[in-house]
Amino acid sequence: MTTLTIPARDSATMLGREFKHTIRFPLLLVGSILVPVVLLLLFVYILGGPIGHGLGDAARGAPYIDFLVPGILVITVAAGSGTTAINVCTDMTGGIFDRFRTMAVSRGALLTGHVGGYVLRTLVTTTVVTGVALLVGFRAQASVADWFAAAGLVAAFSFALAWLSAALGLVAKSVAGANGSTLPIQFLLPFLSSAFVPVALMPVGIRWFAAHQPFTPVVDCLRALLAGAPVGHTAYLALAWCAAIALAGYLWAGAAFGRGTR
Amino acid sequence: MGGMNALTKHATRAAVSATGLRKAYGEKVVLDGVDLSIDEGEVFALLGPNGAGKTTTIRILSTLIAADAGTASVLGHALRGEAGAVRAVIGVTGQFSAVDDLLTGEENLLLIGRLLHLPAAERRARAARLLERFDLIEAARQTPAIYSGGMKRRLDIAMTLMGRPRLIFLDEPTTGLDPRSRHIMWQLIRDLVAEGVTILLTTQYLEEADQLADRIAVLDRGRIVAVGTPAELKRRIPGAHIQLRFADAAALEAAARALPEGTRDDEELALRVPNQGGIASLRDVLARLGDGAAVEDLSIHTPDLDDVFFALTGNPAEEPAK
Repeated sequence: MTTLTIPARDSATMLGREFKHTIRFPLLLVGSILVPVVLLLLFVYILGGPIGHGLGDAARGAPYIDFLVPGILVITVAAGSGTTAINVCTDMTGGIFDRFRTMAVSRGALLTGHVGGYVLRTLVTTTVVTGVALLVGFRAQASVADWFAAAGLVAAFSFALAWLSAALGLVAKSVAGANGSTLPIQFLLPFLSSAFVPVALMPVGIRWFAAHQPFTPVVDCLRALLAGAPVGHTAYLALAWCAAIALAGYLWAGAAFGRGTR
Repeated sequence: MGGMNALTKHATRAAVSATGLRKAYGEKVVLDGVDLSIDEGEVFALLGPNGAGKTTTIRILSTLIAADAGTASVLGHALRGEAGAVRAVIGVTGQFSAVDDLLTGEENLLLIGRLLHLPAAERRARAARLLERFDLIEAARQTPAIYSGGMKRRLDIAMTLMGRPRLIFLDEPTTGLDPRSRHIMWQLIRDLVAEGVTILLTTQYLEEADQLADRIAVLDRGRIVAVGTPAELKRRIPGAHIQLRFADAAALEAAARALPEGTRDDEELALRVPNQGGIASLRDVLARLGDGAAVEDLSIHTPDLDDVFFALTGNPAEEPAK
């Protein structure tokens, strides 16, 4: 403990606070498990049949659920963005950040607690959702190394979305606004990606957008890992997007934090 | 009661020294050149209506925001460049309770203790003492979500005291509290002062400033329009008078003839006679009234800070459009 530097100690304190928050108010955590699970069941049991038929060659003969689950897992990662934006906004507008900022507390620690909380919560939610997916018939061809790589990708993407969500929470005027501002991350971008159907089958205009937005390479990379297939260049693309989003979110959050509340 | 510290502590260091603080948000000037000099051990009140710049002053002095212009130091540390040293000696309780609603009262205090990097034993000892002192022992294991307004405010101040600050900023510490909680809060503030802590508080309640402060600065539209002890401020303006009430119109009529300088209120059967203050002036009024006057009631009014405020700012304490 004494060997820890002050920022690391403060970060650990703030992460502990996030942990307690999650335990005391588990509704948001449960919500970010339920939404992907409902989508999973909806697509597996109701919409999946026709979609699976429609996919034809694109699914390479594998059942639709094996195509679907990596997309659902990325949606699970994105589902946590609302929680972090809400938590950060609550701290910012509720005055507790102001209290910490008048203390000799490392500035960075205040947000790294939230970011770390996002990543750890996501590892929990994606594990639960993977369990449900296995129960309803998902079969992965991944090796142990592939699973670790998949977990790493999930952690990297959640780290990126965490900084973005923190920034959205900082600039939001209200908690409701903070949650609303993450809806494109939670729903719009995943649906306009390769999460549910291959990009190649989309209408032309949307196809271009879907092929060039960050969710698609992340979904494609995760799908390849879980199928035990070569990831190819999607891995570099996915990690590059993660790095870019994390950096942009970090800089945006830093600027918003420096500006203070008013 | 107010004034005592100022009288007993002469040669003290400056707790706050600010010159020419300015702050504007776009076109709107919030602080327009504020100078402040607060001695150590003093209770200093910033008095003003909403929008006068009280909170902005606190936010600048507590390192939350930077002034556009001007310089300030807190307990010998410059705000610009030594913010870390300033933060180590101040405590801030803002206008809105900055407590963590998902942590219990005790956990809130321990969290602050951790962020102050106190050893675990010291953390627990300080938290236990503060919970007892602020009458929060029963609430210690409950979350503030179920606290009353007064309890929340007490927890908030207890959190501020975890770091044993030498200067405490209290931004409208009793706004929204019921009268009983307000009096408890006043007593807490007096106790802190007795321990030698310097306090800069803001308030829009004139009575509160009168009750607590050694010195008051009246802030209006970003400028300080007067500074002094409550007594000094009251002395600066006219308004002292003797109010006489009579049994019937005839008695009022007679008294009004005997005291032509008075202002009569026929409806209330009252006469308001300017009073220079002191026994002599009162004796003079009574003598001129004569023995037979049917006076029902007599009261002596000294100007209160309401009068001071209106006289100094020339406008009622209205709320400006935000």
